[in-house]
Amino acid sequence: MGKWTRRGFIGAGVLVGGGLVLGVTGAALSPARHGLREDDPENIGQLTTWILITPDNLVTVLVPHCEMGQGAQTALAMMAAEEMEADWKLVRVKEAPALDAYANAYIVRAFVNDVPGPFERGFDYGTYRLARWFGLQVTGGSMSVRGTGHHGMRVAGAAAREMLIGAAADMWDVDRGACAAGNSHVTAAALGRVATFGELAKAAARQPVPTHPALKGYKDYKIRRRPQQRFDLRSKVDGSAIYGIDFTTAGMLHAAVDIAPVFGGKLVSVDTTAAEMMPGVKKVVRLEEAVAVVADSYWRACNALAALKPQYDDAGHGAVSTASIFAAFDKSLGEVPSMPADAATVIKADYKVPFLPHATMEPMACTARVTGDKAEVWAGTQDPLNARKTAADALGISPENVQYTNLALGGGFGRKLPNYLDFVGISARIAKEMSPAPVKMIWSRETDMQHGYYRPAGMTRFAGALDASGRPIAMRSFYAGGGDRESTFMPYAVDDQKYAARDAEHPIRTGPWRSVLNSQHGFFKESFIDEMAHAAKKDPFEFRRELMTDHPRFKAVLERVAQMAGWGKPLPPREGRGIAICESFGSIVGQVAHVAVSPEGVLKVKDVYAVADCGDVVNTDTATAQVEGGVMFGLSAALLGAITIKDGKVEQSNFNDFQTMILKDAPSVHVDFIISGAHPGGLGEPAVPPIAAAVANAIFAAIGIRVRELPFKDARLAVAT
Amino acid sequence: MARMAITLTVNGQVRSLDVEPDTPLLWAIRDTLGLTGTKFGCGVAACGACTVHINGKAERSCSIPVSAIEGASITTIEGLAANGALNRVQQAWLDQQVPQCGYCQSGMIMAVSALLAEKPHATDAEVDDAITNICRCGTFARIRKAIHSLAAVEAGGA
Repeated sequence: MGKWTRRGFIGAGVLVGGGLVLGVTGAALSPARHGLREDDPENIGQLTTWILITPDNLVTVLVPHCEMGQGAQTALAMMAAEEMEADWKLVRVKEAPALDAYANAYIVRAFVNDVPGPFERGFDYGTYRLARWFGLQVTGGSMSVRGTGHHGMRVAGAAAREMLIGAAADMWDVDRGACAAGNSHVTAAALGRVATFGELAKAAARQPVPTHPALKGYKDYKIRRRPQQRFDLRSKVDGSAIYGIDFTTAGMLHAAVDIAPVFGGKLVSVDTTAAEMMPGVKKVVRLEEAVAVVADSYWRACNALAALKPQYDDAGHGAVSTASIFAAFDKSLGEVPSMPADAATVIKADYKVPFLPHATMEPMACTARVTGDKAEVWAGTQDPLNARKTAADALGISPENVQYTNLALGGGFGRKLPNYLDFVGISARIAKEMSPAPVKMIWSRETDMQHGYYRPAGMTRFAGALDASGRPIAMRSFYAGGGDRESTFMPYAVDDQKYAARDAEHPIRTGPWRSVLNSQHGFFKESFIDEMAHAAKKDPFEFRRELMTDHPRFKAVLERVAQMAGWGKPLPPREGRGIAICESFGSIVGQVAHVAVSPEGVLKVKDVYAVADCGDVVNTDTATAQVEGGVMFGLSAALLGAITIKDGKVEQSNFNDFQTMILKDAPSVHVDFIISGAHPGGLGEPAVPPIAAAVANAIFAAIGIRVRELPFKDARLAVAT
Repeated sequence: MARMAITLTVNGQVRSLDVEPDTPLLWAIRDTLGLTGTKFGCGVAACGACTVHINGKAERSCSIPVSAIEGASITTIEGLAANGALNRVQQAWLDQQVPQCGYCQSGMIMAVSALLAEKPHATDAEVDDAITNICRCGTFARIRKAIHSLAAVEAGGA
């Protein structure tokens, strides 16, 4: 499956003004053959530029991933610059444009490398994942560093170094071995010669492109494995960063939109007379599932929208509620999984998690201008190519006729991934009605909260068996609400394990939410193994550790995090520690939560300790930030988060009734990494899955109450009176 | 509602705005004055992304009509850095590499600046009471670290 046999994928060319461009030729992956396509490296028009060296001795790295706070653009530039021997102070970064040539060939390749051992025989698994990422320029799946960076940027940087050295050697008429690159210069010490990368760039571009350039060992790293400041942060402390919502252009109109409150609902009628008379209103636009007001200012558009009383149908889903969805889950799960007849102890437990919104701080926003069969679109998304296609499909034109510009994202978390860009399509349809004027559409928070693609609600029915010595002999579950082999995988040596989907359909829109299926299954499986440990009357850390005989990386992470957290040291009454560990996106993260529960039942998460084995760490500071952020994101949801459904509609409307964590709720987070040398794993998501179980397990340790349903705010933790 | 001229001092400059009197300050700042560093997050003063200083106090601009603050002095994130030099809160944010997506951070920085101007030695409890802005990326650990670094500078008299 997916063996990459051809390596002629790097090309180089001369930049106008004398400089080097280096990159990938054409679209590197041919879906039909699952192999690299060799394009003519002389054909500069086909060159997907990744690295530019200009005569002023600056290196610019073009990164085909968006920046939504994860620091990937900086990390990828570090990976290229390290191999180039560039002076980090002379490196710049730029986001690549939305062009087919920047599609994610390297992400696909990382997926092939990353298919975990147990699944290797599952060809379907591999092709499923491959198919998902073809033709995308996506930032998601925690893939930037381990995909584009590991397989692409490193190699491109090393090739550039060899070409610069080759150019210097030719110029000075010496062996390449007499020349060395460092700090954006090539020197020939014996000759006393030195030249900048900028001076050599034009000649370097004419050097043959090495297909197997030598890559550095970690012992020689000067830029990687260190904390480097992100390129984009100055603009994010002085207010100058331009997000999708901030875009503005001459003659731009503003749109406010109202969408059918029940998913699948259609606009039946709306009286537009009054709204159209209001100041500044240009038009009331009827869409199939929505109505929009376009005005000369956003506030005027909002006021006129509020004056409308649109009527929608409910697509037959008007009776759907949270209760009806969970009742259907319960029914489809059916009987508790059977357990071996010779079990000494059988443990059974149901767990439930709610729908969750992404609630990105920036509500959905997009600007579009339609002129004839062409369009321009501006937004912040996790996939510029899919944004372009979404707009094109909405307008019935070819993607080549859409010029899409990606701007900074005010949060992504999966909401702005391909196939979830409904707002881009709506924006394009509104702009079509106002052609040729550009129109910026901004969703209100209420619209954003009620028209998400929610983390699926889920329910699991677990059973486990212990033998007379307290050793687990079976663990089985049925689950509804989604799951796969990665998310249900447990690293414990229990021979009889079986986890099976028993899903029940519902009309609520769902989508990938930071860590996709792992946040819910992390809570299910790591809560259940904890219940097994307590039933066996064993320490939850020791119980897990003893079962990790086949998984030394898991064991190392578990031991390190327990040690960090002072596992086993005495705590005051009503305080406790809980441990949990999950693998997702190629990284293993173990966490210990330290909680206190007041006699009144107020839960305080005081400290979280997290250890990650993601193989290697590129930027130690942004890697730490991703683990801190993952813990907080998962914890906010576990403590407070729930989207509930009534009459087919989302009940929550804004941050006053959908609560999130604020500073006073935030624990101290202590982060460490294990550099195992394993194939690089992701970091944007893997810190999310363990936290809910770590807290549930800590609550049990503190007060003996087992919480099996999220969020914790709904649990009764007070001392019974 | 008819438009009317409203005069405000924004980042030290006197500005006359021709808008409906019920226009929230947020949209006057963003759309009329073109200062987009102040962000829209919720529209109901729940998240703090739109925090600015009105006469030196941190306020949530999405829920304050311009007519209510005629003649007031407004400072936005763009007005914090004097002559391009970051103020000490912004610098602490950079030193601690606080922002992730960054969208909430204008509001965070405005809220913290106002708090520390009023209470240079703010305790953790005072910080918890005052800083109720939402961040979805989860930068809270670094926000606290940055505030501590500023309080420590004050405490040491540096």
